Amino acid sequence: MKKIVFIISLAIVAISCGEKKEKKATTETAVLEGTIKVDGSSTVFPITEAVAEEFRTAQPNVKVTIGVSGTGGGFKKFSRGETNLSNASRPIKDKEKAACAENNINYLELEVAYDGLAVLINPENDWVDNFTVEELKKIWEPAAQGVIMKWNQIRPEWPNEEIHLFGPGVASGTYDYFTEAIVGKSGSSRGDFTASEDDHVLVQGIAGDKYSLGFFGLAYYAENKDKLTLIGVNNGEEVVKPTLETVSNGTYRPLSRPLFIYVNSTSVKSAEVVEFVNFYIDNAAELAEDVGYIPLPSELYTKQKENFKAFVESNK
Amino acid sequence: MNSIQKNRLKDQLFKIWGIACTLFGLVLLTVFIGDILIDGIRRIDWAFITDLPSRKAEKSGIYTALMGSIWILILTTIISFPIGVAAGVYLEEYSKKNRLSALLEINISNLAGVPSIIYGLLGLEVFVRIMSLGASVLAGALTLSLLILPIIIVATREAIKAVPKSIRDASYALGASKWQTIWNQVLPASGGGILTGVILALSRAVGETAPLIVVGALAYVPFAPSNPMDEFSVLPIQIFNWISRPQHGFIENAAAAIIILLLITFVMNGIAVYFRNKWQKKWK
Repeated sequence: MKKIVFIISLAIVAISCGEKKEKKATTETAVLEGTIKVDGSSTVFPITEAVAEEFRTAQPNVKVTIGVSGTGGGFKKFSRGETNLSNASRPIKDKEKAACAENNINYLELEVAYDGLAVLINPENDWVDNFTVEELKKIWEPAAQGVIMKWNQIRPEWPNEEIHLFGPGVASGTYDYFTEAIVGKSGSSRGDFTASEDDHVLVQGIAGDKYSLGFFGLAYYAENKDKLTLIGVNNGEEVVKPTLETVSNGTYRPLSRPLFIYVNSTSVKSAEVVEFVNFYIDNAAELAEDVGYIPLPSELYTKQKENFKAFVESNK
Repeated sequence: MNSIQKNRLKDQLFKIWGIACTLFGLVLLTVFIGDILIDGIRRIDWAFITDLPSRKAEKSGIYTALMGSIWILILTTIISFPIGVAAGVYLEEYSKKNRLSALLEINISNLAGVPSIIYGLLGLEVFVRIMSLGASVLAGALTLSLLILPIIIVATREAIKAVPKSIRDASYALGASKWQTIWNQVLPASGGGILTGVILALSRAVGETAPLIVVGALAYVPFAPSNPMDEFSVLPIQIFNWISRPQHGFIENAAAAIIILLLITFVMNGIAVYFRNKWQKKWK
């Protein structure tokens, strides 16, 4: 007994001796202190994490913590005043607005980046060149279940072979967003497709099956360009493939969406939150690209900054 | 073929089947560990242990998650060990064999089978909200303590049951009270078994993700907890977070973090085996 206690306490001492390194602040701005709590979407998480990481160098005494309760879970905490910022992969819903109003939480919505959804096929597939939104709807809508099973049902000249569908799990924001954009109703699609919460599984599935078709976040395609073929989507005027440019300028639609952070009015009374949000907007373009997302056009960042400035002024 | 030969053949076949069953799990485990080692071993160095999470896979480390896991482990031990052992001693030594105790027993066995996320919801409501501990290390440790208490209680009872009656009788014959008998004879005699159970339960706790996510453990914390009320992250959450990232470097990070987590559980199991053997020798 005593020995175990001794061994355990020895281990604690040994580990806690390895103090974490802290970089010295070299900025000319005032040294701030405090804690900033962020929670919400796991899609937005990598951007906020990157910003928090860089912010550590600028303001080492401000502690930024980030949770991943999902957009809805994040708004729940945000509306109770438990967090300063909320990450969101969709705009706030009316119900969530009401919850905020109930607790006298005023907030500001800021766009920080875009996320594109990629439609993908196997590289050996030589018949598909593009899809129209209607064709994607025909494939994915709930009525297609058990009916649209072969490639030649979509376009007669395509092969008489079974089509194998891959997509993110129904609990993911990506699935919600795809079904909303394509089928027209969030969360409504056929059920007979291979679903996985792990996008790496989808990559493997599509890469190993000539007759496959699937969709997921653009960042995953960027990492697997050699294994998959990206397909352009016809938005009614032209066929557009998702790239940095087409997502950023809005021509790749409807499969691109903005990502948001929300900040509340009580929080912007503290200097460290104001500093963090400004830092966020200033660096979002570069950092979003670093983690696989697409920056907004620079004039939009300027606009976010102006909005935020006005919000801070009005809540002083 | 006469019936003796037939029976021998059956015996042989069953033996082969038994070996296959034994190897099944082990082979899969070996394949898994081999795969993880190939992916992750090169990534492990001192910087990986002491660095904070980063957007760049190669600069990322597990410092805060590891410290969070260690905090959770220690607090969970402090909370669950005395409660679990005391409950086990009560049920085995003091409680009368009546309907109430039968009901208690059934419920404790059932609790051991409740999915861990349910404990997370319980912890969120009771510790985080009602007791307003917030998403702190303490709330996480209390939740995990609830989760492993049934295992500790069952292990304690089994260990106490294994203590020979002659030792108790000898103690009573020398005039010892019930408490003296339990404290001086029964507990030391069953210590190996109890510790084994506790350590195995704790190595389950250190791998839990779901209840802690529900309680509100974070995915990114730039500091290690310095007191029980601090916010925290743990290794399984860090691993989960890295696995869901598209960049290949994070997959390597996840594999490396899995190796560290496996090491922790192997070491804990090793300690459990050591104590079991030590105590067994002493009492035979």
